[in-house]
Amino acid sequence: MKEIKIQKILFYVVLFIMTAIYIGPFLFSLSISFNAEQDVFQWPIKLLPDEWTLSNYQRVWDDLPFAQWLFNSVIITLIQTLSNVFFAALAGFAFARLDFPGKNILFSLLLASLMIPGIILLVPKFIILNEFHLINTYGGLILPGLVSVVNIFLMKQFFETIPKDLEEAALIDGCSYFRIFWQIFLPVSKPALAAVAIYTFQGSWNEFMWPVIVTTTREMFTLPVGMAFLKNEFSVQWPLLMAGTILISLPTIAIFLIFQRYFVQGVASAGLKE
Amino acid sequence: MANVELKKVKKIYDKNVVAIKGADVSIKDKEFVVLVGPSGCGKSTLLRMIAGLEEISDGDLLIDEKRVNDISPKDRDIAMVFQNYALYPHMTVFENMAFGLKLRKYKKAEIKTRVESAASILGLTEYLKRRPKEMSGGQRQRVAIGRALVRQPKVFLFDEPLSNLDAKLRVQMRIEIKRLHQQLQATMIYVTHDQIEAMTMGDKIVVLKDGIVQQVDSPMNLFNNPANKFVAGFIGSPSMNFLNGKIEKNEELEFLAGSVQFGIPNELDLHEKLNPYIGKEIIFGFRPEYMYDKNFEKQKQLSVDLNLIIDVTEPVGSESYNYFHFAGKEKQTFCFRSDSANAYQPGQNITVGMDVRRLRFFDIETEKRIA
Repeated sequence: MKEIKIQKILFYVVLFIMTAIYIGPFLFSLSISFNAEQDVFQWPIKLLPDEWTLSNYQRVWDDLPFAQWLFNSVIITLIQTLSNVFFAALAGFAFARLDFPGKNILFSLLLASLMIPGIILLVPKFIILNEFHLINTYGGLILPGLVSVVNIFLMKQFFETIPKDLEEAALIDGCSYFRIFWQIFLPVSKPALAAVAIYTFQGSWNEFMWPVIVTTTREMFTLPVGMAFLKNEFSVQWPLLMAGTILISLPTIAIFLIFQRYFVQGVASAGLKE
Repeated sequence: MANVELKKVKKIYDKNVVAIKGADVSIKDKEFVVLVGPSGCGKSTLLRMIAGLEEISDGDLLIDEKRVNDISPKDRDIAMVFQNYALYPHMTVFENMAFGLKLRKYKKAEIKTRVESAASILGLTEYLKRRPKEMSGGQRQRVAIGRALVRQPKVFLFDEPLSNLDAKLRVQMRIEIKRLHQQLQATMIYVTHDQIEAMTMGDKIVVLKDGIVQQVDSPMNLFNNPANKFVAGFIGSPSMNFLNGKIEKNEELEFLAGSVQFGIPNELDLHEKLNPYIGKEIIFGFRPEYMYDKNFEKQKQLSVDLNLIIDVTEPVGSESYNYFHFAGKEKQTFCFRSDSANAYQPGQNITVGMDVRRLRFFDIETEKRIA
């Protein structure tokens, strides 16, 4: 009994430390975002502002093209999320359920592409898009993220857990393969689809590297890129940056809270059968 | 409704694995045919080939005299009930049953009538709005049957539909399916590994082993006149006892296997069939049901006596299964059925009578029945 109690206490201590490590910086940013500019570098560090102010949030909205950046981010994230869900499901279904020549080789190639570090692809991707005159356009921002191998893999794994009988029953009932995909497999795959949507949303919303490379003018920036440009060579406007950062994180936090159930399910099992 | 004809149907998988080695089966209109055999015998493959879920490697499949080898499952006018129900989890019972009709563009009113009528036959009327996960295994299987029923197909296919149900429910559903068959007068093909299910349900049984059709016959004919040792052992529970021994000829034919010796009465007229085996080893088969304790039952007309030693007794209610061995053959166990009122003790020596008209003999090499 005693041993279990000690174990439990230890468990909570570790959990608390881990939580503090992750949530601490966020809370600190939150605090700074309500601080006046001159109070940020006070010594000793103050965890809470002396004087609370919303002016940073106001300035983010008024002084920066925040609305434009928000629009860019929303458009890119929305299109990439929808297309990822659609294509990952479609490709996952094909790999999991259809027989076609070269299926295994194709899938191995897809998986192999995961081995290539993303950073190596930046230059070739840039050159290709440049050839198509897509630099600094929505096309250039969106196209490279329309499909992802990880999502295809996730959907394939999920579809493989769906009993074959279901597909065969649908075949006998008179379904074509596309109808089986659309009317049988998609509706029963909500947890996996939600997981793909959440991962993609998160990744797309927070993406920094690609937008920073492919955009050349301020009005094409996405929110993370715009925020980064608040840091200039000689000074950083910390409260402004933090206010912007907090605003950017709100949608992700909201989505996580709403879909937490699916998210955890997706991570745990990519959705086991009932 | 329809005839189904399999002509030299073969299934060969990649790398030359032969699952079905040329099956010839003819199924008449309105017949209830059961495909039975141990696991891996190819019975499900055969059914799936009829359904169109498995390609036919060679031979012809005819439904109503029309060759359907290359016709897709949805156009064969068949319906199938799967072992694990295969209900669409996101649809209600009504939607599950209506799905196939909707795809075939039936009118809404017609769909409603058909689903409601099937639901009433199967006692599902009050569950039409439920989803499969809110139902028990037995109810789900009924929905699966209902889904087949509403289609009014030429042929119903059942792939071990009762295997996932508990024993009591299985018996109940067995009766329901049989009643349904009588009511619908439809051609039904039913796969099971359970020989009791096969015996109780089938008008005709197809026994399969290793992808080869062993025998196609009525249940009672399979039981009484099995074509070979496999069928003899597979049909009947407990299964037939087998004992190797020699046929000798004295005044009458005699069977000799150590301490087990008996004459085969001339009245049975087995000379012609057994004469070629005189002096040779053959397999002698006898069913537990055709042995009786002479202390309790009247001597039968054509009967021989066997002395045996009881090992274990299994009372199952009205009757008991008594496992025994013959003196000098301790390693081989046999079984005979008795009234459970007859209590035997382990090690007890008893003499039982055996109805010789029911004896069966098999060739030791081909395992085919000689007599």
